[in-house]
Amino acid sequence: MIQGIFHYEFLQNAFLTGILIGILAPLLGVFIVVRRLSLIADALSHVTLAGIAASLLLERNVAALAGLNPLYLGMVFSVGGSLFIEKLRGVYKHYQELAIPIILSSGIGLGVIFISLANGFNTDLFSYLFGSVSAVSRTDLLVIFIISILVITVIILLYKELFLLSFDEEHAKASGIAAKSIHFIFIVMVALVIAASMRIVGILLVSSLMTLPVAASIRLAKGFKQTIFLSVLFGEISVLGGLFTAYYLDLAPGGTIVMLAVLILVIAIFYKKLIIKKHVLSEVESSER
Amino acid sequence: MQSIIEIKHLFYRYEKDTVLENINLSIPDGSFLAIVGPNGSGKSTLLKLILGLLKPQKGEIFLFGQEISKFKAWQQIGYVSQKANSFNTGFPATVFEVVASGLTKKLGMFKFFKKEHSRIVLDALDAVGMKNFHNRNIGELSGGQQQRVFIARALVSEPKLLILDEPTVGVDAENVNAFYQMLNDLNKNRGITLLLVTHDIGTISDKVTHVACLNKNMHFHGETSEFEQLKKEDMSKVYGHDVHLIAHNHDHGGVLK
Ligand SMILES: Nc1ncnc2c1ncn2[C@@H]1O[C@H](COP(=O)(O)OP(=O)(O)O)[C@@H](O)[C@H]1O
Ligand SMILES: [Mg+2]
Repeated sequence: MIQGIFHYEFLQNAFLTGILIGILAPLLGVFIVVRRLSLIADALSHVTLAGIAASLLLERNVAALAGLNPLYLGMVFSVGGSLFIEKLRGVYKHYQELAIPIILSSGIGLGVIFISLANGFNTDLFSYLFGSVSAVSRTDLLVIFIISILVITVIILLYKELFLLSFDEEHAKASGIAAKSIHFIFIVMVALVIAASMRIVGILLVSSLMTLPVAASIRLAKGFKQTIFLSVLFGEISVLGGLFTAYYLDLAPGGTIVMLAVLILVIAIFYKKLIIKKHVLSEVESSER
Repeated sequence: MQSIIEIKHLFYRYEKDTVLENINLSIPDGSFLAIVGPNGSGKSTLLKLILGLLKPQKGEIFLFGQEISKFKAWQQIGYVSQKANSFNTGFPATVFEVVASGLTKKLGMFKFFKKEHSRIVLDALDAVGMKNFHNRNIGELSGGQQQRVFIARALVSEPKLLILDEPTVGVDAENVNAFYQMLNDLNKNRGITLLLVTHDIGTISDKVTHVACLNKNMHFHGETSEFEQLKKEDMSKVYGHDVHLIAHNHDHGGVLK
């Protein structure tokens, strides 16, 4: 396998992309989870699916667009969907979570229409749904690399504003920071990362890579920075371990990556229980002395 | 004495019912004002108007002598909202991180925390008696401790005015006194003007310098002379002797529509 990485370009692409996605998805995931917006990732991934289906349809029917990378239209749909969610959240001020199922079902609806227009499933679409080790091209890698630079730069520059907005939205607004613009930038970045992640993890499982590593690290971490660090670490272990397993066993990587993330989560939960138990025991011991 | 807040003929309604009617209020520098009133009387609404979170339909608000729409120095005003103790208690942040987030606006966009900011954060935690907890996760603290942390967060930007909306709601009864003592120290030692919405009239009596009653109007039931009388007799019994009611209802209860 290690030799394979040096030998085959597609493996290089898959692993480098995996490393980047393993950072990006949990990094944004931390902010999504603590703001209780986990379902946004689901909604946007389904909108991205509609974009990819649309792109495959166009590719088939418009000669000039043959060879169009579905990543682009996927990104356009995802960002468009994120703007719609924001709009809807404004309309339904008191039922903000309604925006998510509305966008999610619109995404599925559109996706299904495009897929049936394109005469149903093919292997291409299958790889977008569940991820693929072999489908990642150099162009994909380049686009995802640019998105990574962009997202990481923005997170570093806006870290304290994003923290404040996540912890206490009302206070953020009261203190006079540009809460709306910052939230907007954030949600667009989430859309970009979701579109970027689909190659490896697959559309249906993208949101798990944003939430599961975070769920595990929240159990263990002290403080926000450590939560980010552990989330990225767990995400990275899941992605790289999942890619290896998928390559060896010839499985769709989306599934292996997510199952590894689940495994880490289970370990984190038990580990935490163990620590608490130990703590209680040692306290009982010391009080008996 | 300069007025930190000056409110003139203020009206506010959310939908069709008027919530605040002809409010007049003047808060002198260095005072410790408690606003009391029944639930739904518009106390939180008044605070939000002062903070610029809501816009009045009618009337004027001056902050530090400046008309509110022109006011820019928001870091001079610290705010601890009524909801502060119903935040997501599972939020994975340390006390230090929460308090440091109070510096966000003051530092400005694209600026980073530095060593010297740590000192400011620890100093603020010291002022509310929470320095030893700086490395704990915020969710591991009691309601009262969390409330102190939120006050420390407001203190890091070195505000001249601190606004608190029912800060003792999550505080255990036996700790309420110590909590108000801490506020008293902030007022006396650091010279911070305090504006407090509360129900604990009995407990705050010997700490506050002014009391205002709010129930849609800001009022004291009747004529100024009656009010003077009220102040001399009842107020001295209920609130302690160096307390004066402020608010100037020039229309003496006359209903304006
Ligand atoms: N966002 C809102 N929309 C509509 N009505 C509101 C809103 N917030 C408060 N109110 C109403 O305004 C009145 C005053 O509320 P509030 O200022 O919160 O009272 P208090 O803080 O004194 O309990 C109440 O009758 C309440 O129902
Ligand atoms: Mg209130």
